[in-house]
Amino acid sequence: MALDAKSPSGPIENRWDRARFEMKLVNPANKRKHTIIVVGAGLAGASAAASLGELGYKVKSFCFQDSPRRAHSIAAQGGINAAKNYPNDGDSVFRLFYDTVKGGDFRARESNVYRLAQISVNIIDQCVAQGVPFAREYSGTLSNRSFGGAQVSRTFYARGQTGQQLLLGAYQALERQVEAGQVEMYPRTEMLDLVVIDGAARGIVTRDLVTGKIECHVADAVVLGTGGYGNVYYLSTNAKGSNCTAIWRAHKRGAYFANPCFTQIHPTCIPVSGDYQSKLTLMSESLRNDGRIWVPKTGGDKRRPDAIPENERDYYLERKYPSFGNLVPRDVASRNAKHVCDEGRGVGPGGLGVYLDFSDAIRRLGEDKIRERYGNLFEMYERITDDNPYKTPMRIYPAIHYTMGGLWVDYYLMSTIPGLFVAGEANFSDHGANRLGASALMQGLSDGYFVLPYTVGDYLAKAKPAPADVSHAAFREAEASVQSVTQRLMSIQGKRSVDSFHRELGKIVWDDCGMSRNAHGLEHAIGKIRELREEYWQNVRVLGAAGDLNQSLEKAGRVADFFELSELMCRDALERNESCGGHFREEYQTPDGEARRNDDEFSYAAAWQYQGGGAPHALHKESLEFEYVHPSQRSYK
Amino acid sequence: MKLILHIWRQKNAASAGRMVRYEAGDMNPDMSMLEALDVLNERLIEKGEEPVAFEHDCREGICGSCGFMINGVAHGPQRLTTTCQLTLRHFKDGDELYLEPWRAKAFPVLKDLMVDRGAFDRIIAAGGYISVSTGSAPDGNAIPVAKDNADRAMDAAACIGCGACVAACPNAAAALFTGAKITHLGLLPQGEPERHERALNMVAQWNIEGFGACTNLGECEAACPKGIRLEVIARMNHDYLAASCHRR
Repeated sequence: MALDAKSPSGPIENRWDRARFEMKLVNPANKRKHTIIVVGAGLAGASAAASLGELGYKVKSFCFQDSPRRAHSIAAQGGINAAKNYPNDGDSVFRLFYDTVKGGDFRARESNVYRLAQISVNIIDQCVAQGVPFAREYSGTLSNRSFGGAQVSRTFYARGQTGQQLLLGAYQALERQVEAGQVEMYPRTEMLDLVVIDGAARGIVTRDLVTGKIECHVADAVVLGTGGYGNVYYLSTNAKGSNCTAIWRAHKRGAYFANPCFTQIHPTCIPVSGDYQSKLTLMSESLRNDGRIWVPKTGGDKRRPDAIPENERDYYLERKYPSFGNLVPRDVASRNAKHVCDEGRGVGPGGLGVYLDFSDAIRRLGEDKIRERYGNLFEMYERITDDNPYKTPMRIYPAIHYTMGGLWVDYYLMSTIPGLFVAGEANFSDHGANRLGASALMQGLSDGYFVLPYTVGDYLAKAKPAPADVSHAAFREAEASVQSVTQRLMSIQGKRSVDSFHRELGKIVWDDCGMSRNAHGLEHAIGKIRELREEYWQNVRVLGAAGDLNQSLEKAGRVADFFELSELMCRDALERNESCGGHFREEYQTPDGEARRNDDEFSYAAAWQYQGGGAPHALHKESLEFEYVHPSQRSYK
Repeated sequence: MKLILHIWRQKNAASAGRMVRYEAGDMNPDMSMLEALDVLNERLIEKGEEPVAFEHDCREGICGSCGFMINGVAHGPQRLTTTCQLTLRHFKDGDELYLEPWRAKAFPVLKDLMVDRGAFDRIIAAGGYISVSTGSAPDGNAIPVAKDNADRAMDAAACIGCGACVAACPNAAAALFTGAKITHLGLLPQGEPERHERALNMVAQWNIEGFGACTNLGECEAACPKGIRLEVIARMNHDYLAASCHRR
């Protein structure tokens, strides 16, 4: 199948307007005749479900959590970008577009990114109207701050809880539609398969997580807003329940998976403290505005940080990148932290940590000012580590935070399966090889509030889906396949828990397909993953019953999918013989150790097709054209 | 360190439950309470016993999934801390802890430490929003909001919907939860037009769900991991009363 992104032509600033005008509309009286399934209730899913419900479609909304208000969008701290230019500091739609394409290291689709920048301004208006309590100035106008090294102040925020407030806005809009009878809500319900009839997405198979009941749901279109796959690494900043099952099973039904190796490692997380560790906690990137990052100059220096004199410390980011210093982008900061730890200069237990030191800032500004800026983060750090960052430097280490890869979608957010739409982190579209801070919330809400309500309607108007019901053979086959996977997992009754496999898998992927990769390591990882996967299907132990609330069984299905996805990630990383954004191949670096892109050969999105039956995935390429932002080497020196 | 954990085990909503005693040795004081349960569960699985079911997701104190009673206190002894961020260093070696699910008629137990908090969603659905459809919003700066009001709205909006307030309340009232949303939206000019209807509808739903009435005991405020203050209940009562008079 040829990959057609369906990007509209013409001047970039008119493309979305033109596309919208050219879309077909569904008659208002006919909207209620269409059922749309939305899986996932985070920013993308909840905003899509609410907006589609408002338009008059019949919506069924699914989430695995006990309530749509729990989706992991809730944990985003920093903020949401929008090209409002309220501070009059030179921002514009074009600048946000430009920064995002460059920040993504020239591996995103220009048309999509431009649309995202255009829509960013509507998102803020919408959220304010919903009652999202953004930070305000004394004049009563909205406050902005600069974030993630941006040179303009375009980030809107609600204390350190921006994701929470935006999600609650979308959740409340969703609950309003539940009350209005437009949306039927299915919490604690997990999608386990996609049903395709005559080549189009026509429904899903789900498991009720309380009763274990497997059910089929028919629709005229299916939207997946099920988030990213960072939990493939076991330890990540994702919620424990975050998983790739919905997108992976859709992939196995024909949706191409794009750029799986593009993962983002966030530089400022609290380091691992022991082998019981269940997740990693992010400390907001804003800390790098005032904190200075350093390690001892010599390896094995076990002195307390305050006993190490100034001239025996290496402020390595300031030394290597004098113009950006501690504010270099996430990928660069993470890689350098790994580098100094690999040299044996890391600090803390296990030597996997670097100092983030506020003593200079406290001397310069006073403790009160620092408390005002970061008080809640310092408290959180102390709660977890029992160290007081006002007195002793924080210890931080990079952790997996976001996945830029995801299901391939065209400009209309439709996957390679007609009628299957993918939104937010679950798709691959807007961030290229590296996502900038405060862009994830923007993308989720853009897709859900302002793109899907148009494009899903266009699809329905053109495709005119014929009636279908659950007695169709495709539903029967999908349901039987879900039942059989469940039975298989329950019947192994081996010796090892699901978590023990997941932890081991995560370590393999982290070591060889994490912050830096090389061909040898990736091939090694593929071998290890296959071996471990084989053992998994022989030796995993899932207790309890399938027809009951069974958290081990839930995890077992998700980990089975992580096994398959992780292998594809390594394949993709192996195929991409260049370094770009979060994907750093050691063989492809500049003499001073920076990422070296290869635009001649790799200026494309890699879209992988599942072939089934043990056959290797087939690679399709969407070539990326840059008409407006010309690819250049990123430099932060 | 070693802890003696007495945990409520209940197979499903229909079965009776009971406390079961577990000895949890070799625990690390830096672990969170949930990580301690993870370790206990791994050991149970090894022995062929079903692991303890408990609700959790983000494990950073914001999603509101987690929470149970620890020695009779919702989310345990550490103030302003959810169960997922409560570390074992707040306990002593050899301590005996009693872990039980939230107890409230409106929160039926599903299994072990998990309860059904769907009633909270239905209270929000009854009116916990501003009725603005996508696309109909004016410019974000068109309506100024006094910083003070925006800040106080944010204080109330910090609620994570965990249910500790209900669990801590001897009446199992949903006053702090409902009041927080009424306060958040009512303090903003955008929320003003629906202020009266919102208070009436949300409180009506709270009664339908079987939560008890508020008698201003203040246990909810003490248990709230996000520091939501009792004044939100006063605002709710004010709006409810004003709305009731207005309606007559």
